[in-house]
Amino acid sequence: MKKSTLSSLIILSTLSSFSYANCDFKNTQEVKTISASFAAWKAVTGAMAECGHVSSTLDSEFKTKVGSALAANPSLYEVAGVANGTFVPLLNSGLIRPLDSLVAKYGQNLNPNQLIKVDGKIMAIAMMINTQNFMYRKDIFDKLGLKAPTTWDDVLVDAEKIKKANLVEYPLGGAYKAGWNLGLEFINMYLSYNAKLFDGNQPSVNNAAGIKTLEMMKKLSAYMDPEYLIADPTFVQKQLQYGKIAMANLWASRATAFDNKEESQVVGKVYMSATPKSIADGRPASTMWWDGITIAKNITDEQADNAFRVAMQGLNEDMVKKNTDAAIWLVKGYKPSRLSDGAIQNAIDRTPSYPLTSKIGLMHSALGKDVSDYLTGQKTAEETLKEVEYDYITAAKESGLL
Amino acid sequence: MFLFIAIPLVTVFVQSFYVTQTVYNTVSVETCTPSFPTSICTTSEKSVPVMDKDNNPVTKTVYVGLDTYKSVLETGKVAKLISSGHFFDIFSNIDFYKALSFTLLFTLITLPLVLGVGLLIALAVNNVSKRMKGPVIFVSLLPFIITPIIGALSIKWLFVSNGLLTRVLEKITGHEISVFANSWSIELLMVFYRVWHVAPFAFVLFYAGLQSVNKDTLESAIIDGASRFERIRYVVIPHLMPLIYFVTLIHLMDTYRVFEEIIGFASQAHVISLQWLTYNFLEPDDTGNRAISSASASSMLTMVGIIILLAPVLKRTLRDQKKG
Repeated sequence: MKKSTLSSLIILSTLSSFSYANCDFKNTQEVKTISASFAAWKAVTGAMAECGHVSSTLDSEFKTKVGSALAANPSLYEVAGVANGTFVPLLNSGLIRPLDSLVAKYGQNLNPNQLIKVDGKIMAIAMMINTQNFMYRKDIFDKLGLKAPTTWDDVLVDAEKIKKANLVEYPLGGAYKAGWNLGLEFINMYLSYNAKLFDGNQPSVNNAAGIKTLEMMKKLSAYMDPEYLIADPTFVQKQLQYGKIAMANLWASRATAFDNKEESQVVGKVYMSATPKSIADGRPASTMWWDGITIAKNITDEQADNAFRVAMQGLNEDMVKKNTDAAIWLVKGYKPSRLSDGAIQNAIDRTPSYPLTSKIGLMHSALGKDVSDYLTGQKTAEETLKEVEYDYITAAKESGLL
Repeated sequence: MFLFIAIPLVTVFVQSFYVTQTVYNTVSVETCTPSFPTSICTTSEKSVPVMDKDNNPVTKTVYVGLDTYKSVLETGKVAKLISSGHFFDIFSNIDFYKALSFTLLFTLITLPLVLGVGLLIALAVNNVSKRMKGPVIFVSLLPFIITPIIGALSIKWLFVSNGLLTRVLEKITGHEISVFANSWSIELLMVFYRVWHVAPFAFVLFYAGLQSVNKDTLESAIIDGASRFERIRYVVIPHLMPLIYFVTLIHLMDTYRVFEEIIGFASQAHVISLQWLTYNFLEPDDTGNRAISSASASSMLTMVGIIILLAPVLKRTLRDQKKG
């Protein structure tokens, strides 16, 4: 007993002496964070922990917990990591605080494009962007004399050629899993027709662009694994890693997985480009997402001050240099690599941001539930879009939007 | 009993008649989101919640009567489909009825299979040598002790396109197999999984019942020249009847709430159930909206369904008990 206490004390002391290494100050107050669980958050919370007294919860289901955790008074966490979508409910319920004064005090190293402003007030600090961009097997494309496609019609042509050449099991992969993923695929493609999802708060998807989007999705699905309706991004990533597919429009945050020698069979062969467009003069059929930090409202100003100061240590140059490949960082000191080409090209081509509204959540759910009915042939395109609008209106009425 | 069953039931019942809404206000808001090299700032009309003086969103609760039930049952659409002569489209076009028809079908198909397979295992185990009985019973019970959602996920991983069993089957047959690409194959797999999972429960009960079959009656049946099948039909099954009713009751209740298979197999594109529908209403979307009123209405409807389904069996059990 004594022995183990002693050894753990030794471990603790060595840990703490090491911990302050890359932090500008010695943190004495407890700071708790909650965020999603992926490489970038591990890097950032790891860097914050170097200041000491930081405990981080990385939870892939965090979005169902974060609302009630911050609603507690005092809040259970000082720092909440959010993305476009998860930011909205916190903002709408008034659970996060404006950061203007804290940015003025501690944010000298922030880039101006890291500041998420709502109605003139800084409400979050973005650390990275994420977007779905086109990923393809350069070796296969070179062999068949193909170029990275710029429209989805080109993708169909290329897919046919790859299918004929019989080099991979399926030419194309897509995160078409019914639910959230499928809903996003529709939104991406639809927005690229320069069409609008809403007319005020009323839905407006039952139109020519909506029908074209559905038809294109169905045409593309013919080149995918027939089980595409259960394919989530991890499934598609593995298909590409194991050389089963030749191309996919997939999250930029997963790009490093293809050069990971331990799990990928296609190291160095997967290249990135901007997401193809639905029409030639459209924007890439994708949406820009960001991940960033917010500070809870239900804590004292002093705690907020300290938590923000610690968070800034998690977003410093040192962290980015050690974790360059973990994300497309917005933090100073980031140098893009081959794997970030596609995402950056998407940004340059003015890919629209995923909207920061509460109605988009309702629309996204309705699309996620109903679009599969068209793909499985249970409904016609028009019936499907009508059903989407019906489901959206029902949900919007219940939530008070309409 | 009162605390854990009656109170939640009553609250859900009451909730299904009310809707709690956030009060929204339409304002023009400028938002800036990051991009390269600079941020994108857009000004747009947005509905934002009205905040009270403590900076909490204002909500209002309104009585809507049967409106929520109407929207879950989509009565308007049903009337339209019936009047246009497309009666059967109701079961493919409207979520509630699609879920209802699958749930009922699933319940009624698995019931005889579970009873039959359970009885077969029980009879088989009853006939193995005494020394082997212990291990055989243990192995037969294994499927039942697996957590349903874990079992469903394991089955999915075995049968998904790059799964172990699919690979083996593809090698043997030489055809590409995609179990999760068609609703019929998913439904078949679901029935298989449910029977595999629940049959041991029926088996244990039937096996216990078999131990108390009157040996004299059996022997006299043999002397009278009854075949093996006749002995089971006229001696064993009547003896097990109360247990069969009991298993039926439990199975109907359990299966009508079919849920793990839908989530485990990620089958919502092809097959949905009533319980999944409630879950779908209740699950908050990315921006935190959830349809609590619809979820309450849908779960009340599920309960009504269970009661209707159980009524005949319950009536029979009660009658038997009175006789006994």
